[in-house]
Amino acid sequence: MTEAKPLTHLKALESESIEILREVAASFERPVMMYSIGKDSSVLLHLARKAFFPGRVPFPVLHIDTTWKFREMIAFRDRMAREHDLDLIVHTNPEGLAAGINPFDHGSARHTDIMKTQALRQALNAGRYDAAIGGARRDEEKSRAKERIFSHRNAQHAWDPKNQRPELWRIFNTRLAPGESMRVFPISNWTELDVWTYIYAEQIEIPSLYFARRRPVVERSGTLIMVDDERFRFEPGETAHEEMVRFRTLGCYPLTGGIRSTAADLPSIIMEMQASRTSEREGRLIDSDSAGSMEKKKQEGYF
Amino acid sequence: MNAPAPFRSADTDLDRWLAQQTGKSLLRFMTCGSVDDGKSTLIGRLLYDSQLILDDQLASLRKESRNRQVGDEGIDFSLLVDGLVAEREQGITIDVAYRFFSTDKRKFIVADTPGHEQYTRNMATGASNSDLAVVLIDARKGVLTQTRRHSFILSLIGVKHVVLAVNKIDLVGYDADVFNAIEADYRAFARDLGFETLVAIPVSALRGDNILGPSAAMPWYCGPQLVPYLEAIEVASDRAGKPLRFPVQWVNRPNLDFRGFAGTVASGVVAVGDDVLVAASRKPAKVTRIVTMDGDLQQAVAGEAVTLVLDREIDVSRGDMLAHPGQTPEFSNQFQARMIWMNEEPAIPGRSYLLKLGTQQVPAAITDLKFRTNVNTLEHSAAKTLELNEVGTLTIATDKPIAFDSYASNGLTGGFILIDRISNATLGAGVIDFGLRRAQNLSWQSFDVNRKVRAEMKGQEPAIVWFTGLSGSGKSTVANLVEKKLAAEGKHAYILDGDNVRHGLNKDLGFTEEARVENIRRVAEVARLMADAGLIVLVSFISPFRNERRLAREIAGDVSFTEVYVDTPLAVCEARDPKGLYARARRGEIKNFTGIDSPFEPPEHAEIVLHGATETPQKMAEDLFERVFGWGPSYSI
Repeated sequence: MTEAKPLTHLKALESESIEILREVAASFERPVMMYSIGKDSSVLLHLARKAFFPGRVPFPVLHIDTTWKFREMIAFRDRMAREHDLDLIVHTNPEGLAAGINPFDHGSARHTDIMKTQALRQALNAGRYDAAIGGARRDEEKSRAKERIFSHRNAQHAWDPKNQRPELWRIFNTRLAPGESMRVFPISNWTELDVWTYIYAEQIEIPSLYFARRRPVVERSGTLIMVDDERFRFEPGETAHEEMVRFRTLGCYPLTGGIRSTAADLPSIIMEMQASRTSEREGRLIDSDSAGSMEKKKQEGYF
Repeated sequence: MNAPAPFRSADTDLDRWLAQQTGKSLLRFMTCGSVDDGKSTLIGRLLYDSQLILDDQLASLRKESRNRQVGDEGIDFSLLVDGLVAEREQGITIDVAYRFFSTDKRKFIVADTPGHEQYTRNMATGASNSDLAVVLIDARKGVLTQTRRHSFILSLIGVKHVVLAVNKIDLVGYDADVFNAIEADYRAFARDLGFETLVAIPVSALRGDNILGPSAAMPWYCGPQLVPYLEAIEVASDRAGKPLRFPVQWVNRPNLDFRGFAGTVASGVVAVGDDVLVAASRKPAKVTRIVTMDGDLQQAVAGEAVTLVLDREIDVSRGDMLAHPGQTPEFSNQFQARMIWMNEEPAIPGRSYLLKLGTQQVPAAITDLKFRTNVNTLEHSAAKTLELNEVGTLTIATDKPIAFDSYASNGLTGGFILIDRISNATLGAGVIDFGLRRAQNLSWQSFDVNRKVRAEMKGQEPAIVWFTGLSGSGKSTVANLVEKKLAAEGKHAYILDGDNVRHGLNKDLGFTEEARVENIRRVAEVARLMADAGLIVLVSFISPFRNERRLAREIAGDVSFTEVYVDTPLAVCEARDPKGLYARARRGEIKNFTGIDSPFEPPEHAEIVLHGATETPQKMAEDLFERVFGWGPSYSI
């Protein structure tokens, strides 16, 4: 027998995530995987394909479409669904759509609440999903460090931080009462650097918005916003200009700040990330609305 | 290989660096010690030294660190990880947090358990996912009771590698004698705890002494520094050297041509061509393929998530375990274990729980609580229950046999959790010491005259009718009327009455929760034996807990079981008070009286509910009679 050498950390993380994904498929009646089209979702999708190979991913993939995502994200999503034979479900909050909710008139907080948090709740209720898989990581934010891998939610999708189940070894308590559900985070133990190096090592395709290109942008209080379609509202005197920018996270284009960069390939992105010492969520305008806002959103059912 | 455009770089240094990043190994460890020992400062120091603190964080840290104890960097490192204040403000239970840092050689996942009251529970959780523990000691205080408690829990959960970090060595003038005395003290105590490696390092987390490199202040110390030691220690490879354990997680059947068994190799190595056995059925097969999306493998080692294809159609499903012939796990329905209890609801022998071990999940009960171990003194004492954070040695019986190993021989197939069947809470964690083989050899004596024969002789269908309800609700009155009617019909029935049974069979039992569980268990067993003898058994017991009524139903097995809830409001029962018990309970003369100072959990799925406040006993008995025995209402009682 050949000598067995210890797994590399990426291989160990990959195996752990695959085990978690299989546990979901085996333990729940109606699981669903959240798909936000970003790099973490891309890693999650890749892991799900690995977990169930040679079969197809055995649960549907859910995208909450606020209608304000970058156009490229939508095209990328549809292509992935086609190429990997995914059962893609797209949900938009119909009331929010009818009321014309948008980030320009209603602000980031209301837009996010109605088009994202409430929409997610609608979709989870409509699908009667008992487990929703997400790509959150413990290194993202302080309140995430304590999050369980299998995180229990009551019938209102709320997280009760006082009532979390201890997780020992790799044994996950997946039991639910009627109406309750589980949020599952298979890449909990990955860091941002792990995600990037895994994308690099596995050559996982991600939207080109992550790579620096010349893009039409306006600068608002130090943040570069891309003018992705004709719905963009210019402030008086504002015009779009082209700049080499890339995005560290992807969301609704009017709420996602780009950074000036020349990193046009993966190795350069990873190097730039290592060199720049500011935290990842900085470009995401949602978090700066109020302090401790992630904790609050989570208790309300936001991923 | 030529990578597609976004994966290629023009810079070979960069490629080398990336190769290094993807080739690192992983160490999961935990830190033990209270805030006073400098645990937060140490973790903060590790994050800072591995340059994981971002610029924006660093700026705000410097500001916050004013007026606090700081090292040369001007930062109070404990602020980085001290979520305690934030947790209290947000009302979050203090529990396990995971931190990440990495060096060029290794990635580290640190389980940080800052709890106080819940320390035992949280430490056990953190330890179960750690290969190594850094035990912090304040050099000024030496080995304390809590150091012993931490080390005992590490030993219980099977952490084999320990670093004793004697912190704040700067505050004792970098004195070698102090360090040597603490190390000797700890080694003497830890001798029996089964640690495979133990190294003591004098450190100052605040000043950075012996963290990354040697300290000029301690020329007398020639041992390893903390980070280099953590980077180098080999902890994981021994899992691959153990016998193969492959718990089947999921059966992959995408089409009629493919049937694979998906799972993670828990220990050992599996290779194509290997003979394997299913632990439960002992059915043999040969491994023909090891499938992954990256292509088939020739072999898979402990920790790898793969899909196995076997050469023949044998019955394998989730919960089964594959092993090599001659190296199979134990397979039994009884074992001895040590458990840490993690819930406010105490552990009660006899109560039915769900046991989860690997991918196996079965109903189980604690059959014998041998003793409780004081985590501070390690002394044993007799115990009837286990409370939150207590550790006990006990035996467990499962409803059907499961495959397992002793925890000492295999951590991933010897650890389990118990789950509450109603709240679904994780109640406790256990490590198996050994299987009780007797259980495997104990089989039922089978007789030629069986229940069916005896029932036919009596011309009736045996049944158990289980009455539950408060004292004074009318259970016994209704049961009595039903029995009289059955006797008049020439049927053989018997009433098991709570008060009467306590005069004989159960006179050794009191009224604590655990005594009540045992009370119900015995009565349920007797009811089953009587039904087996062909009788119709009417059980009239307050039986206030859902779990025990469920247990009674399970013990009844295939005997017809009807739960009858005599739903009479407490106020009505108390007004009736036929035996004067409520009055005495109100005066405090009777303790643990149901409805007064002990709860009654109403049934959620009783087959029959009778309303004792609004209906006469005759009416209730008639209703019951009609529904259980199928006779029409024309038969008045």
